Amino acid sequence: MKNVHRFIIFGLLGVFALFFLLPFYVMLVTSLKDMSEIRGGSLLALPAALDFTAWAKAWSSACTGTDCNGLQPYFWNSMAMIIPAVAVSTTLGALNGYVLTKWRFKGSELLFSFMLFGVFMPLQVVLLPMSQILGWIGLSDSIWGLITVHVLMGLASTTLFFRNYYIGLPDELIKAAMLDGAGFFRIFVRIVLPLSTPILVVTLIWQFTNIWNDFLFGVVFSGADSKPITVGLNNLANTSSSVKEYNVDMAAAMIAALPTLLVYVVAGKYFVRGLTAGAVKG
Amino acid sequence: MGALSIRNVRKTYSGDIHILKGIDLEIEKGEFLILVGPSGCGKSTLLSMIAGLDSPTSGTIHIGERDVTHALPKDRDIAMVFQSYALYPNMNVAENIAFGLEMRKVPKAEREKAVARVAKMLQIEHLLERKPGALSGGQRQRVAMGRALARDPALFLFDEPLSNLDAKLRVEMRAEIKQLHQRTKTTTVYVTHDQVEAMTLGDRIAVMQGGVVQQFGTPDDIYARPATVFVAEFIGSPAMNMLRGTVAAGGVSVGGTLLATHAEHQAAAPAGRKVIYGLRPEKISFAASGLAGEITMLEPTGPETYVSVKTAAGALVVRLAGHVAEQVGDTVHLSWSTDAVHLFDGETEKRLGR
Repeated sequence: MKNVHRFIIFGLLGVFALFFLLPFYVMLVTSLKDMSEIRGGSLLALPAALDFTAWAKAWSSACTGTDCNGLQPYFWNSMAMIIPAVAVSTTLGALNGYVLTKWRFKGSELLFSFMLFGVFMPLQVVLLPMSQILGWIGLSDSIWGLITVHVLMGLASTTLFFRNYYIGLPDELIKAAMLDGAGFFRIFVRIVLPLSTPILVVTLIWQFTNIWNDFLFGVVFSGADSKPITVGLNNLANTSSSVKEYNVDMAAAMIAALPTLLVYVVAGKYFVRGLTAGAVKG
Repeated sequence: MGALSIRNVRKTYSGDIHILKGIDLEIEKGEFLILVGPSGCGKSTLLSMIAGLDSPTSGTIHIGERDVTHALPKDRDIAMVFQSYALYPNMNVAENIAFGLEMRKVPKAEREKAVARVAKMLQIEHLLERKPGALSGGQRQRVAMGRALARDPALFLFDEPLSNLDAKLRVEMRAEIKQLHQRTKTTTVYVTHDQVEAMTLGDRIAVMQGGVVQQFGTPDDIYARPATVFVAEFIGSPAMNMLRGTVAAGGVSVGGTLLATHAEHQAAAPAGRKVIYGLRPEKISFAASGLAGEITMLEPTGPETYVSVKTAAGALVVRLAGHVAEQVGDTVHLSWSTDAVHLFDGETEKRLGR
């Protein structure tokens, strides 16, 4: 009886998993087929041969609009944007959380609740004022402008993450370090940061995924040569030519999704661990 | 001037919440000061102020000759042992002990020497490479003390350091703290709510309640001549017997029964005054004659027996050595010397006479 139950449960789970993985499978096999095979119509069939020409084309020679350099330039734009954006927003979030829990001042709770608005604010609200401000400070249509926007918009959630994690760190640790003669930054670097690994990983993944997948800010605030990969992918798939090259579109989508996938695979277990640790302590 | 002097220290929150209402304390170099009192009496706040983690609304704190009222914790030459030990979980024991020295830019060779010295003193040499997470409660306690000892500070602060330990370990560590103090002779301030810790460890005890020092004196003073009803009840276990009555000729009338007082008591309180008559349980004995009463409960602890007796004057607890032959329901006679009587004013609850 028990075995029957097991069989049903695992069978169902297997079916759901397959259903969930199906689009990914279709993308992968389609990207490896050539156009004649795709036109043959068997969506689920394995490719006749491993053919990476679609991937190569998506990477370096597919046309987006009039220039035909593939996704490559967009990919590097995204990389140049995401590294400073994630690093700065995470660092500032950690410092904010540290101050809001361990160096409280008059009104710090109020300040934090105002920062929380940032988590729930619809992104569209900031588009116009932000573009105005970026214009004033001379950062519109540039990668640095995008970095600024992502740092500002990410700050609310990174602060929230770190604040909720640090509230579980005993205050006495900080007091002991103060008595030992350490100052604000020394305590942060030597005591607080080494204890932050789980929440650091959570925040890094969160910020990386959000910024990498962002389309709205990418399309609004970037210039001709600073478009991120999401915009590149959109342009690539929407450029109309005589034939719709499904294999190239699929390969391009895979390329665009690969970095976030990779981050999850490498750090995913810390992600879950960090989320629960924060929840229990916060 | 003493090693630590606290002068008229007050702490007020949001205008009308008074945590400390004018504290004056002074101790000499090498003394062990105990701040004892129930939760919320302000003892931990006072300790935080001595440490520099909190600042008084008014008043001053001097360590040695120096006014440190507004000095940073690191500039006060103090070390503190916290209730939760507050060991840095990311560092091993040796690093924990050396951290304070490192922050004060002591060269590496000297730091290692200090760690070795402290580890030997506390017998934690075999633990130096371990992280705090891998230590037992007693070991953590030792490391926390080692961290404080490494710097050889002018002032040692303890914030209820034994309250997280089980009963047996607590007694052991208490003895160790006492030995350590006898050896190092570092001026120490120790906060506790445990009256046994206060009596066993302190050279001087400040009993606090409601933001006020009720009494400041040696353990003997505090036990033999408690200044208020609160102190008398707080120190000593079982607590002092307290009977409310009125001064009459030759003694105090409690519920119609006359209890004898000392001549000095009679001189200090005129007849008719409302008073509280205090008697420590161990000062009462069974006798052939005296105040009659019925035994309502026997609590043997092994070396002693606590006997609850219902008398015409009220319920009394008697503390007798060894085993007691009498049974619950038996009638006994209680007697005591008038030397053992403590008399307090019924209204102010302050000590009268003697």
